[in-house]
This record gives sequence, structure tokens and C-alpha cells, in this order.
Amino acid sequence: MNKILLIIQREYLSRVKKKSFLLLTFLVPASFIGMMSLVVYLTTKGDDHIKNFKVLDQSGIFEHQFNNSNNLNFSYIKGNYEEAKKDIRKEKNDFLLYISSDYAQTGNVELISEKKPGLSVVNDVENQMETILRNKKLIAAGIDTAVLNSSKAKVAINAKQLTDEGEKDASLGATYIVGFVSAFLIYLSLFIYGAQVMRGVIEEKTNRIIEVIVSSVKPFQLMMGKIIGIGAVGLTQFLLWIILSTSLSTLAAKVFNKDNEGATKIEQTDHKSSKSMMVDTAKADNGNKVQQLLKAADTINFPYIIGTFFFYFLGGYLLYSALFAAVGSAVDNETETQQFMLPITLPLIFTFIIGMNVIVNNPDSQLSFWMSMIPFTSPIAMMIRIPFGVPVWQLALSMTLLVGGFIFTTWVASRIYRVGILMYGKKVSYKELAKWFTYKE
Amino acid sequence: MLKVSHIVKEYAKHRALDDVSLEVQKGTIFGLLGPNGAGKTSLIRIINQITGPDEGEIFFNGEKLNQTHINKIGYLPEERGLYKKMEIGEQMLYLAQLKGLSRAEAAKRIKFWFEKMEMQSWWKKKVEDLSKGMQQKVQFVATVLHEPELIILDEPFSGFDPVNAEVIKNEILELNQKGSTIIFSTHRMESVEELCEHIALINKSHKILDGSVKSIKNAYRNSTFRIGIDQKIPLNGFKTFDLTQQKTMDEGEQLTIKLKASFSTNDVLQELIPQTGITYLEEVIPTINEIFIEKVKQLN
Repeated sequence: MNKILLIIQREYLSRVKKKSFLLLTFLVPASFIGMMSLVVYLTTKGDDHIKNFKVLDQSGIFEHQFNNSNNLNFSYIKGNYEEAKKDIRKEKNDFLLYISSDYAQTGNVELISEKKPGLSVVNDVENQMETILRNKKLIAAGIDTAVLNSSKAKVAINAKQLTDEGEKDASLGATYIVGFVSAFLIYLSLFIYGAQVMRGVIEEKTNRIIEVIVSSVKPFQLMMGKIIGIGAVGLTQFLLWIILSTSLSTLAAKVFNKDNEGATKIEQTDHKSSKSMMVDTAKADNGNKVQQLLKAADTINFPYIIGTFFFYFLGGYLLYSALFAAVGSAVDNETETQQFMLPITLPLIFTFIIGMNVIVNNPDSQLSFWMSMIPFTSPIAMMIRIPFGVPVWQLALSMTLLVGGFIFTTWVASRIYRVGILMYGKKVSYKELAKWFTYKE
Repeated sequence: MLKVSHIVKEYAKHRALDDVSLEVQKGTIFGLLGPNGAGKTSLIRIINQITGPDEGEIFFNGEKLNQTHINKIGYLPEERGLYKKMEIGEQMLYLAQLKGLSRAEAAKRIKFWFEKMEMQSWWKKKVEDLSKGMQQKVQFVATVLHEPELIILDEPFSGFDPVNAEVIKNEILELNQKGSTIIFSTHRMESVEELCEHIALINKSHKILDGSVKSIKNAYRNSTFRIGIDQKIPLNGFKTFDLTQQKTMDEGEQLTIKLKASFSTNDVLQELIPQTGITYLEEVIPTINEIFIEKVKQLN
């Protein structure tokens, strides 16, 4: 027993001490947060660069009707189309919006510039033109635009889930995201840490240190020590990620909330002009969505999710890494692993694809149920289902089956492993593996 | 000390060891000799409990071999290997602890050995930064660090330059004098002749010969001698011996002879001295290699 501890310690420390471990530990949450904040920043702030629009409106419909916004600045010019075109070439950031005199009939509008206009810019201008036209038509038809604006209804379904503790907000978007992220993390980590186990076994075999080690400990002890040691590395990494991510995102949320308060104030002060309000509400809308998501995140039972996550990560890891270890023992170098990798990786990839397409949409279907029970698929399938709510008996059954599953694969793998590690320079087939399995001690 | 009794080991259709028995006395140096693929490594792995025998038993100090004996054996495998990225010191601590030493005790002994072998500066080095010969030295020290009662060395001198081979050889002899029993396994039979008191010859998974080196050699002596003479003489019609070989050397002629029954070397000298000067006379003792080849011929 003491020897297993020594092996675990070596496997753990030799990996945690590596620079790449530290780098990964800090880079992943940092880049995750960084990406999130970039998305939030870009959606709220948009393009800061002010773009000048020179409107040459020969039809007169849009004269002095455009709204200046953060990055769009409209001015109106008169004169010849060709000359205006020449002028615009001199200014890099300027756009010429040409509306022909027969616009009412042909709908001919041109946007001329030195640089290519961005899609959002074109969209903005189009939206404004549509609003202007519609307002004109409404006024012509005798409808008050103010009344129309106030009659606009906004609908957001507030899904509530009935549980023992009463009503709970079932924020579907957040549920989906949590399920997706945790399933993806398990999928990824099974590959990463499973491959580490495999590489470790191959390293010991090609270094030929294996013979020294197994003259001191039993092959099973060595295999388990390696698996547990690397699993502990994985757990450490996840724990650090969770701690770092939560502290970083609380920080980010605080900063974001401050920003948002500012936005609401602007909205109030600009109340006079109904047109500029429209732009601002759109902005506030964006903010609300992020806030909604943050609020939804509060309704998710994180200790429960994290607890089950760790269980399914460990269970799935123990199940698959034993198989990875067996593969590592059977080959002499990494390139030979291909033929044995497929049956291991296939169920993982299969579950992930089915999970993302079927289970998310139908968390309680027959397929979802069975996939979350079979030990080879349950770590991923169950993690997708858990945020939607899973009956306790199903969870208990799935966990029991997973424990049984990894005991079984470890047993099978150890029988192959003990023979494989001492076989050098042999091309191994599945038939050979089966033979090893049946060898006596 | 170690008794191997009727061991059979089979790998898918191939019988690696067939009814092999041998006994190693405490405090001796034992040579396990045989060509490549004879089954030496299979036997060593069974003694190390890396694999188990299909049939037969092994006794260590009279007890049936079990897990408690693992810490009493030191094993230097033929295929040497260490963790390439790990520091030498850490690596040695790890290997010694796996053999049951405490960390403090292991550190003390490693320091002692590092000084003895002049490797003090290696502690923080990584294996990949060492030369092959240096790695061998590290591995040898790791094998004997826990002061095992039985040391098993598989091809111990391969990979060492002559100077370091001599160093290692002296260390082995010193360990033996301190009471360790040593098993040498090698296919280079001449290399251990002078070290081993007892040997066992293994060929094609069978033990074909064992015993003390002296007695085996005695058994294979066949009254053959080499005589140096300084003058050419007619080489036939000798009364006391048969001439088996004649060579012309720089210093004169060398005759290899076989005594005829009931004659001694004195009789030979008496016959030759009137005809020529004698520069030397020595008995031709077969080498283990020759004995092995002859034994294999006999069996076929």
C-alpha cells in the first residue's frame, strides 16, 4: 500500500511541478474570462471609430432625418454626384451615402467609400432608413408614431420548474450552457488525462525502467498508482480552474455592473429625444441579456453540479484511463497506438455528438436515459442531463453502474497490462491481447 | 539461499524454461550462463516475481518465495532504463523507497555511494544529460542501495568501458565479501569465469550443466598439454603421447599433445628432453565456452 502511495506521489509531483501545468492552470481560465469579456465588450461597446456619413440626398426624403450615434455621424451635402464621389476618396473614414432623385420609384441607394463598410454599419444605416420611411408613411396615413411605439410589446418566457423547494426559475439558456460546458470539459479531460496515462506507460516501457519498477512493485500497483496520480493532477487542475474562474468572473461581473449602471443613467438623461432613446434601449437590452444570464447563473445549484461533475469526471477517467494504460502497455511507441485507440475514443466522440444534438433537446428521452446509464457513455451524457434535473434513482443507478464499469475495465486492463509491459518489439493484434488476458499470473 | 525447483514457464506455444532446478549457496557468486534466448531472463524474472512460473517452486532462505522477499533482492536488468526527465537524486530516492527504505535512510546511503563512486555533482542532473556509461553507474548504485541479500545482475558489464567495468567488478566483489549473494547472468561466458565459484549452463530452456567451476573444469580435463620446444624434431612415433596440433611460433614450435594412457607429463619430458630443449609445459584446461560447446554437441 505504501508503495502505491510512493508511485502516486511521483506521478503527481513530476507533473504538477512542470511549467506546462502552471501555464495551463492559469492560461485556461484567463483566456476563458478574456474571451467572455471580449464578447461582452464588443457587443456593448461596438466599434468606437466614428464614421462620417455625407448624405447626398437628391430625393429629399431623408434630409436631416438620420440620427447620430456613438460611431455614426451624419452630415448633409448638396451638389454633383461625380464631384462628391471624388471628394470622398480623399477622406479615409468618410462614406458618401447617395440617394438618387428617383428613389421613390427605383429605391436606388449607394454607399461609396475608400474602405469597405462593415456589415453592422450598413445594417445600421439600412435600419435607420427603414424607420424613417415607415414613420413617414405612418404619418402620411395619419397614425401617431408615439402611440405606436408605446404599443410595442415585449415577451420573454419565464420558465419555472416545480420542485420540492417550491418554484424555481428554470432558465433554459443557462441550463443548456452549464450542461454543455461540463459535458465538454469531461469529454476533453478524458482524452487529455487518458492520453497522459497512456504516454506515461509507453515512456516507462521504452525507457526500460519498467523492469526495475516491477521487480519492486506489482504491475497492478504501478498501473493504479499512475492512474490515481494523474487523476489527482486532473482534479487539482479543475479545482484551480474553478477557484480562479469564479474569483475572476465575480470580479468581471462587478466591473460590468458598474458599466451598466452608467448606461442606465445616460438613458434617463436623454429622455427628451425619443429617437435617441431607441438606440439606447437597444443598448440597455444587450446589457439586460448579460444580466439575465448572470442572474440565471445564480439559480443553478452549483455545489450539486460541481459535485456530480467531479464524480463523473473521476468515474469516467478511471474507466477510460485503465483502457488507455492497457493500450500503452501493448505498444512500443505512440504511433502504434492508432489501431487500439479507435474503440476507446469512438464511444466518447459518439456520446458527445449525440449529447449535443439529441440529449440537450430531449433530456428525458429513452436514448438520453440509456446513454446516461451505460458506463462508457454516462459521464458525458449524464452531465448534459443533470442541469435539467434527473430523478435521484436514475442518478444513483448511473453512478453505481459507473463504479462497476471502472472496476471491470481496470480488471481487464490490468491483465493485459501486466503482460504487455514486458513485451518488446512485437506487433500486437487484438487476438494477442485476448491471449494475454487469459494468461495465468 | 536460493533454491529453484523444477520450474516450467511457457509463453504461447514456446517453452521458455523446462524443468529447471538449481541451487545458489549463500555468499557465493553464481554464474547463470547460456546463449541469448536460452531462458536466463525468464528465470530471473520469476525469481524477481515479475512473472510467475507455470510449474515448480522457488525457495528463498528456505521459505517459499513471497512478497516479503522483494526488498531483499536487487535486480539490474539487461535492458537498462531510468526516467529520462527526472533528477538523478530524486530518482534514486524513489527507487530506494520502492525497495522499502525510508526517505532519510535512502538519502544517507545515496550520499555515501555518490561519494564512493565520485558522482557527487550528479544529484541535480537529469538522466538525459548523462553519458551511457554514467547512466549505467547510476543504475548499478540504485540496484545495490538497499543492501539486498541477493543481487541479480543481468549482463552487468555490457556498456561499461574497461576502466568502469573494473570499478564495478571490484564493487561487486566487495559486496560479495560483505555477505551478499550474487547471481551473474551472461552469454559472454569467459567474462565471469574468474568471478564465479558456481555456474549453471542453460541452453534452449534446459539446464544442461551445473556445479562449481573447479569441478566442472576438472571433469572436462582430458590430459591435454601444450609444450614449447626450441628445435624442430621429427614429429611422429612418440611413445608417451599423441600429437594433436603443431604450430610454429616466433620463439619456436608449440605442440599440443594428449597423454597416452598410464603415462604422465614426466614421461613425456623424459622422452622429449634428449631431442630438444623445452621452453614450457602447461595443461590445457578447457574454457567454460569450450565445455558448453562440447556439452551441447554431446546432447545432440
